[in-house]
Amino acid sequence: MTNALTCDGLRYSFGDTLAVAGLDLSVTQGEIFGLLGPNGAGKTTAIRCVTTLLPVQPGMVRVFDRDAAEDRMAVRRLLGYVPQQLSADARLTGRENVSLFARVFDIPRRERAARVEQALEAVGLTDVADRMAATFSGGMIRRLELAQALVSAPRLLMLDEPTIGLDPIARTSVWEHIQAVRAATGMTVLVTTHYMDEADQYCDRVALMHQGLIRAMGAPGELTAELRERRGDGSAPTLEDVFREVAGSGLDEEGGKFRDVRRTRNTARRLG
Amino acid sequence: MSGVPVTPPAASADLPRTGGLDLLATPPTPRTGWRVLPARVIAMCVVELQKLSHDRTELYTRAIQPALWLLIFGETFTRIRAIPTGGVPYLDYLAPGIIAQSTMFIAIFYGIQIIWERDSGVLTKLLVTPTPRAALVTGKAFAAGVKAVIQAVVVVLIATVLGVGMTWNPLRLLGVLVTVVLGSAFFSCLSMTIAGIVLTRDRLMGIGQAITMPLFFASNALYPLAVMPGWLQAVSAVNPLSYQVDALRGLLLGTPANLPLDAGVLVLAAVLGIAVSSSLLGRLAR
Repeated sequence: MTNALTCDGLRYSFGDTLAVAGLDLSVTQGEIFGLLGPNGAGKTTAIRCVTTLLPVQPGMVRVFDRDAAEDRMAVRRLLGYVPQQLSADARLTGRENVSLFARVFDIPRRERAARVEQALEAVGLTDVADRMAATFSGGMIRRLELAQALVSAPRLLMLDEPTIGLDPIARTSVWEHIQAVRAATGMTVLVTTHYMDEADQYCDRVALMHQGLIRAMGAPGELTAELRERRGDGSAPTLEDVFREVAGSGLDEEGGKFRDVRRTRNTARRLG
Repeated sequence: MSGVPVTPPAASADLPRTGGLDLLATPPTPRTGWRVLPARVIAMCVVELQKLSHDRTELYTRAIQPALWLLIFGETFTRIRAIPTGGVPYLDYLAPGIIAQSTMFIAIFYGIQIIWERDSGVLTKLLVTPTPRAALVTGKAFAAGVKAVIQAVVVVLIATVLGVGMTWNPLRLLGVLVTVVLGSAFFSCLSMTIAGIVLTRDRLMGIGQAITMPLFFASNALYPLAVMPGWLQAVSAVNPLSYQVDALRGLLLGTPANLPLDAGVLVLAAVLGIAVSSSLLGRLAR
């Protein structure tokens, strides 16, 4: 079966700074795959390469066998993308926000309203769809952005830090809707997060990323079981323990560059 | 690294019904070729109209400045009779210039909206849709044109109230609409181009303020080319605002105008603006 996503030696630099340093990754169709790591690990840069926002060399990124360098438009048609920032337009209603993406993904007028309705239903926003997005809570805005990404029936849904800045109940709600949509449509989900507990609970497989490279990859249960076996002291390690072990020293000094931190804090502030 | 512990999943009442999402599993048939461009232009214009329908404050506040220009500057200079206008009352002569000026002022700051959309993630998401950058910029440019047309209608109404004798010929008014949209398309692309170079709102605001008045004064909006010194005539000859004013004057007042030349310059300027700003749009996404 064709992989939903294949990264082969993906590299990307900002000037002298190597953000992604040779990423090898395969995401299987239908799974929820978590790309984990602290701020500045290179997760968002990797995602931006996959979404064609950043240019890559041919052969580095393939989405359902389409090359992201050579067949950009075809790749974009396969993707649904929710960036880390709050990207719903506060000056429009919930329905208008989703309708815009229905239009730019060429959904014909005769089925546009029905699709928008289904996307809003998928995220539990049908009853408030005609309210201005400015009046939505943080969790509702995230679900609205999810509806914007879902309306074009993407085969690969990419979520960059979808629960950052949300309270625990809103985080659970966002994840429940992601799982429900995956179950109903069979779409593949690639999510970046630095919340290890969420990844442990909701992802089928995870890749632990640090300093632009993947340090470990597998099902959360397998990774923790392997560490337990290596330690041999009967303790029950968490995914965070696995990450600390594979990342080695220097983690405490991590936390991303000024721009990463500002973006994260801005998103958290806007979500209230 | 872990945040607040996640509560165990619980069945939510608002989760979707299984089987009720069939359309979300069926990708739409993509538009191809020439049909992409008009579809994106319509999408961007619809969004602009939706925003204006929710908040009309901008329409009201933007009407103040052109009203003041016509009321104070126009009425005063009509009495002074200091500017030779070829027999046309100065207020009438001024009205098309103020239409062009007020729509240019809207368009020249459109890049600020693009930077806001970049910062908020809206632009990032649009760049990941199957929309070529030139089509996205064209859509945005015409969306700026929609705002400008509404502004032009407001100025025409104010001018009518002040007794300016303008045409109500539907074909000529259609020509006015096209002229306003083309001019706004160019100036909004100029703004998006500057946004792609300077990348921040503060810098764009500074540059916008620095260029609007020179563009305005180095055009025939307030006075005819004949009264300008030679060097200013040369600047005016490469200023698209002059061609927009010339066309508007010809269409609304029936004064002598080189409409084919005006249209040609405005179309060329808009196409050039779209090409340059499209090539710089990617810088905003990085």
